[in-house]
Amino acid sequence: MAYSEKAKSFYEDELNGIRKAGIFKEERYIKSQQAAKIKVEYPAGAPSKDVLNFCANNYLGLSSHPDVIAAAHKGLDERGYGLSSVRFICGTQDIHRELETKLSEFLGMEDTLLFPSCMEANAGLFDVMLDKDDAMIADRLVHASIVDGMRLCKAQLYNYKHSDMAHLEEKLQETQHCRLRLIITDGVFSMDGDIVKLDKICELAVKYDAMVMVDDSHATGFIGKHGRGTHEHCGVMDKVDVITTTLGKALGGAAGGCVSGKKEIVEMCRQRARPYLFSNTVPPVVVAAAIKVIDIISKSTDRRDKLEANTTYFREKMIQAGLDIKKGDSPIVPVMLYNAKLAQDVARDLYDEGIYVVGFFFPVVPQGQARIRTQISADHEREHLDKAIAAFTKIGEKYKILGKKKDEIIAMYGM
Amino acid sequence: MSEEIKKLIIDYVKKEYLEEDSTTEVNENTKLISSGIVDSFSMVSLKMFLEKKFLVKIPDDKATPEAFDSVNNIIVLLKEFTKI
Repeated sequence: MAYSEKAKSFYEDELNGIRKAGIFKEERYIKSQQAAKIKVEYPAGAPSKDVLNFCANNYLGLSSHPDVIAAAHKGLDERGYGLSSVRFICGTQDIHRELETKLSEFLGMEDTLLFPSCMEANAGLFDVMLDKDDAMIADRLVHASIVDGMRLCKAQLYNYKHSDMAHLEEKLQETQHCRLRLIITDGVFSMDGDIVKLDKICELAVKYDAMVMVDDSHATGFIGKHGRGTHEHCGVMDKVDVITTTLGKALGGAAGGCVSGKKEIVEMCRQRARPYLFSNTVPPVVVAAAIKVIDIISKSTDRRDKLEANTTYFREKMIQAGLDIKKGDSPIVPVMLYNAKLAQDVARDLYDEGIYVVGFFFPVVPQGQARIRTQISADHEREHLDKAIAAFTKIGEKYKILGKKKDEIIAMYGM
Repeated sequence: MSEEIKKLIIDYVKKEYLEEDSTTEVNENTKLISSGIVDSFSMVSLKMFLEKKFLVKIPDDKATPEAFDSVNNIIVLLKEFTKI
């Protein structure tokens, strides 16, 4: 063993730096299934507490749905626990291909390839699609997994101001000399909850001969009239070239992601995407349950309709209560507090009121943009929403922020 | 070092990174990276701008957040690779 004092103190210093910066992350132990109502042990060793969960990506409330759990049991019994292989050796069962076909149909794409996660789909996609003579043109607020994926790709990297179509057009003009170009964006931006202007992006893509890629992880299953995603919502189902998305949020929330799109791009991923080639296959139990999820959301839009109604209600009531909410249509509803300490204090007080939310601050969001990101679920009942609204109102009164706008909150608490 | 070059970089930072209605002041000492005006992901376009404008190649190991943290720092960096 050569774990020297030098190595030990190096890591200790790094960890102390993280603590000092106020960005040390602590896990909270959930002692129940994932749902609107959960049992949490926090801090570690404290008695369990029943709280309402307003920070899960469980948008459709399918994470613990009895039919999904039953399908997982059946998959486990019939196809086993693991496959002990990557996909291309002996890790592809018929149900993997069945799920890929169902995802292609649901998303309206030519073909789909499963990855162990959307993080890995994003890590593999760009390097497969583009080379040094090509350009990636990304929105500045894309998810960290896209940023990492772009770093692994040799293509030239350009980025444009968040959702600024004039700036995107400038970048498209600037890159006319490149062989292939790919516009890269999130469908719903995870920290702001706003929806991409995909119709405008697709218009520009046609005008300048560029491809379009969307990460719809915070959209698949519930954005758009049938929940197909932002391409449905923006009326451009046939104009997006490639989508990455996850099974780890609305679609059951367990694990797995995919690349879905033009068949040549998907085949290139099957041949060359390193996170796909060298990761173990998605476990059969996850695949079987995900097939059930796609069946549920393909047959009925009840859950996404309820989520939409819940979102509209929550947004309206929170604004009426005087909280500073970022405008938007998605179930990601950021409550703006601007100051990092204030965001942490409000989140702690809400927890005491039985509402589980988390404060986000720099560097996760820009400096002076601290917030609590609430996330609405189809699993929430009206009484859950009302309890959260009442708690936000009570704590908002305590900190005297109700009815206050950005400048006033900053004047009271700083940035 | 001419004031003209400072102004060129400041104007680029304002146009590329700030919203049109932004009231944020940018001068040669303004912290760009550590203040969050330019995040590490967006820094790549600043590097590309400098390389094109001043016909230099800034090695990746020199293009650190510290080296890009103010217009003054950027000018020190550029001096290493150009005759400006």
